[in-house]
Amino acid sequence: MATATPQRPQGQSMPTPQPTLGESLRRNGVSRRGFLKLCAATASLMALPPSMAPAIAAALESARRPSVIWLSFQECTGCTESLTRSFSPTVENLILDTISLDYHHTLQAAAGDAAEHAREEAMHANAGQYLVVVDGSLPGPRANPGYSTIAGISNYDMLMETVADAAAVIAVGSCAAFGGLPKADPNPSGAVAVQDLVKDKPVINVSGCPPLPMVITGVLAQYLTFGKLPELDEYNRPLAFFGQSIHDRCYRRPFYDKGLFAETFDDEGAKKGWCLYRLGCKGPMTYNACATMKWNGGVSWPVEAGAPCLGCSEPDFWDAGGFYDALSVPPGNSGDMLLAAGAAGVAVGAGAGLLARSKTKSAAKQHQTVTAAELEQKL
Amino acid sequence: MASIGDIPVKVEGEPAAPAEYGNALPVLSQVRHALAQLTQGGEPTQIDLGAMPFGPGDEDRLMALLGQGEVTASVDALGRTRIQETAYSGVWVVEYLNTDDQRVALHLEIDTVPRLLRSQPEDLSDALAALNTLLAASLDQA
Repeated sequence: MATATPQRPQGQSMPTPQPTLGESLRRNGVSRRGFLKLCAATASLMALPPSMAPAIAAALESARRPSVIWLSFQECTGCTESLTRSFSPTVENLILDTISLDYHHTLQAAAGDAAEHAREEAMHANAGQYLVVVDGSLPGPRANPGYSTIAGISNYDMLMETVADAAAVIAVGSCAAFGGLPKADPNPSGAVAVQDLVKDKPVINVSGCPPLPMVITGVLAQYLTFGKLPELDEYNRPLAFFGQSIHDRCYRRPFYDKGLFAETFDDEGAKKGWCLYRLGCKGPMTYNACATMKWNGGVSWPVEAGAPCLGCSEPDFWDAGGFYDALSVPPGNSGDMLLAAGAAGVAVGAGAGLLARSKTKSAAKQHQTVTAAELEQKL
Repeated sequence: MASIGDIPVKVEGEPAAPAEYGNALPVLSQVRHALAQLTQGGEPTQIDLGAMPFGPGDEDRLMALLGQGEVTASVDALGRTRIQETAYSGVWVVEYLNTDDQRVALHLEIDTVPRLLRSQPEDLSDALAALNTLLAASLDQA
């Protein structure tokens, strides 16, 4: 990782007062042009227009490194994998090095008592100011705590103790945000999401399985830069990244509007890159930034690789029917309208995504799904 | 650390020609509006191409449409930044790279001079102070 500020050994208390980000960058020989470049790239990272760069520069100049405690519960470490697989060293790393990551099972060198001691120390030293990042769901208060413990402490106790003095909680990944795979039917461990338990602190959900690395770091960067929490959607996700559906930002969208669909994974339509709606793409009901930020440093993303979107950033995506079944088609006129839009080549714009989203909720309850063949008959 | 480009990939058969996704022309239209704005009121615009829903080939198509102008510049600060004037005066491609030469952002700037190329105001007073110090020391020695 790039080292923008001197690394502090784990478990030592934080030196105060800390230098601002501007000071520590200059101390490390970063020129003002370098700083301007950092701000331009940070604007991209935060999905803000480039014209925001001067405002970001002014804010970053005086920003201080927030202390971050990262708790991993019932999870697969995919979220941390995503975070660390952002290419090194990058702007993300620079920003990561400018936060003070005081506790993280996978990334910290300390183990056992020393690790838990580091967590407690960071909590005391930064009471009321530190951020808690959680990945993974956790057994709820009425579930058997034995399903997931760390150092003999139940996940529930550790979360509630750690968030007590936190400024805010960031739930990273669909498990922490919505319960995810552990909560999938029949939910043997009684898994719940962070927002089901934390009611007296702001909770920001950064969903996805895993979330885009740029989105995880972008949310942290936004807090670091502006010192406040971002604007959120109805699921408490930052609007900057989750404000638009995959469908509305998809480069294959023009084919949907023309009614051109791939019917199988190897037909002419698939080869020509037509819309994957009939192959089960959940893009119209999925809100995430994959279509523009893409994966692996902007190389590609599932739809570009010819795979329909699984909808991994939406609540209960695991129980929402087959990944390769076309979206649930709700009864009623509006559902027919959506189908007609595809068939007749009517450009319905953002409306289709919103419509699909609201209708999918009711459809999910009734669990009425269609196969590509049935859809074909309706069309 | 090895980059994704280091992973050997063998493609069998002829790769298919990229499909026409038609996402380049709308951006070009946005550039035209920005250039008109610069011409009329002098207000510059930055466009983040990373925020565009580009399919494979769309970026190459846009770059081919924009062409190459007379000026190429490179800024070495926190990794390289490549700056290229396009065939349309006032339209610049600014590619920000990290220290491993991987792209961190790709912008279009519609301005007379890209922001990063200008001397930074704080640096000017620092430079003046440094020159004063140098001259004073030189005069003392003389």
